[in-house]
Amino acid sequence: MTSALQILIDAISVGSLYALAALGVGLVFGVLRLVNFAYGDFITVGSYALIVPSASITAILFIGNWPWPLLVVASAIIVMIVALICDFVVFRPLRQASPAVLMIASFGLSYIIQNAIIIIYNARPKAIGIWPGLAEAIAIGDLRVPGLQVVTIIVALGLLAALVLFLRKSRFGVQMRAAAEDFQMARMLGVQANTVIGTAFVISAFLAAIVSLLFLCQVGVVSFHMGTQLMLIAFIATVIGGMGSLVGAVVGGYAIGIGGTLLQVMLPENLRYFRDAFVFGAVIVILLVRPQGLLVARAARERV
Amino acid sequence: MSRTTTLGSFLRAHSTPIVLSLVLILIALVATAAQSSSFDRTVIDLLIRVVFVVGLYIFIGNSGVVSFGHAAFMMIGAYATGWQDCCSMTKSFFMPGLPQFVLDTTVPPPVATFVAGLFAALFALLVGAAIMRLSGIGASIATFAMLVVVNVVYSNWDSVTAGTSTMTGIPAFTDRWVALVVALIAIFAAYLYQISRFGLMLRTSREDEIAAKASGVDVVGQRLLAFALSAFFAGLAGALYAHFLGTISVNAFYLDLTFITLAMLVVGGLNSLSGAVVGVICISALIEILRQLEKGIDVGSTSIALPGGAQEIGLGIAMVLVLIFRQRGITGNQEITWPLLRVTEKPGREQEIDRAHTTSPPASRWRHLSKLIKQGGVP
Repeated sequence: MTSALQILIDAISVGSLYALAALGVGLVFGVLRLVNFAYGDFITVGSYALIVPSASITAILFIGNWPWPLLVVASAIIVMIVALICDFVVFRPLRQASPAVLMIASFGLSYIIQNAIIIIYNARPKAIGIWPGLAEAIAIGDLRVPGLQVVTIIVALGLLAALVLFLRKSRFGVQMRAAAEDFQMARMLGVQANTVIGTAFVISAFLAAIVSLLFLCQVGVVSFHMGTQLMLIAFIATVIGGMGSLVGAVVGGYAIGIGGTLLQVMLPENLRYFRDAFVFGAVIVILLVRPQGLLVARAARERV
Repeated sequence: MSRTTTLGSFLRAHSTPIVLSLVLILIALVATAAQSSSFDRTVIDLLIRVVFVVGLYIFIGNSGVVSFGHAAFMMIGAYATGWQDCCSMTKSFFMPGLPQFVLDTTVPPPVATFVAGLFAALFALLVGAAIMRLSGIGASIATFAMLVVVNVVYSNWDSVTAGTSTMTGIPAFTDRWVALVVALIAIFAAYLYQISRFGLMLRTSREDEIAAKASGVDVVGQRLLAFALSAFFAGLAGALYAHFLGTISVNAFYLDLTFITLAMLVVGGLNSLSGAVVGVICISALIEILRQLEKGIDVGSTSIALPGGAQEIGLGIAMVLVLIFRQRGITGNQEITWPLLRVTEKPGREQEIDRAHTTSPPASRWRHLSKLIKQGGVP
């Protein structure tokens, strides 16, 4: 019984991480119809922001040594700046382009960022230990749960609640939801396009930084492709959740996280290496059964 | 009209594949004359990529659906080649999971190449039957998921694919001329397909899926046909690649390959066959130049070298710049025709479809209006 509970907590914490990442992808998709492949690299940048840029083999902490509130803010600001630069340089000239062109452009952007990181920091993974206290287990009754998992779940729930409040109550939030529903109409009613898109990029970058730090605590190593896998999963999560639906992105993130963890436990030993094949196979099946995703966004329905 | 003018006008109307072939033949001849083994390898590499990217174009260019999954077909082709003709002595040792008849037979390389293409096409038919029901981004993501699934399976199915370790001992069959011949076949096949009624139907669905359906085009079926045909050439490219290097490993057929080949297609122009070939040539040239610069060039007594990774960044920047400033690619999505004899005949029907979409009065008026609205000035 306790082990089942432990697996469940594990699954929910993985799902929380994926849900946050998926939300970051989904926010930008909502307003810009941009499938942002570079999102994974925003996540990577969040961790590389902690160390001094150098090609040395060992990581020299700079921001990483700061007290945690400052560290989070600094890392988030750096990622936001990178995201805004990307928007300004690449995506703004492409505002009129089709989603396919945007997608390919972000693919190119991702390639540029990754290789820039390789040039600046060297391609080898570097070990970074931040917040060692989180690795200790917390006892809840009979359960001993790694503190990191509890923190991940709490942070995710907190951010989700904050985001819901922001989207429902604040002026920018309402504008963003309007833009996600019908961008043309929103603009004609006086919503500033670049402000809304900029806000979406900033929030998305903030989420990327948080995901990055939580993920870094888990693995303890930075590498230039650390965000790629998370980005892929976030993507898939937004698609099966229903592109354009933020609730769908969160649901998709939790579905993949929980499904993947349970598969890991339940698959027989010799099939365990094939876990990702099962997860991505399931994605194809979900897409076939519900091409619009689990939750259909109102804006996604095709009008003729 | 005499017969010769009819033949002449026919050739002029269909000069695109001939011109493209002549360009590739010229490149191969230059490689023969240069007698430098490293240049020769670059050219063979280029020709193999032409086969792959033309294959990619057959699907993406005609259907308008971006596929991230074709690297999987190339891998399937490459491994299918290895299963057929590699290392007859050690095959049962490295890949004991293969069926007995595969272990016992060693197929001559040309046959193995062809069968590898068929194998990839068959796989595409099976997977595509499901994926082709989707449209737009959903379809792209599904091809991506397919790439991941195939990659994970081939990486871990040790008894059949030798896992992440490399498969070695594949006979070196691909030389300059073999690669050239297959590239020419790919170009002519792609051209014939795009002017066939199947190609035309698929192009209509690219421009307006709903209108195409309303006109009786079986969009899913046509996409599936193009998907299988394009997978056939991706598989052939994989076979050529395996026969060229003699060793293959799973890692060669993943995101990097996907990126570079898509970049080639985008830079050349997504919607034209000429774009596919021109893109491969331009990007290959760019990669080669950057590679030389990374090695360093001597300026006076000092040697200046770009840092490692500059090659990839240059490639990424080239792609993004083309997307921003020339969204239709270098060729502008037009086909290259015989430059000396201007084509005065009616344009090919596949270009008419393209043109109708960009120049018909209602469409252009609508575009103009929506552009105005987007800029904020309500008409």
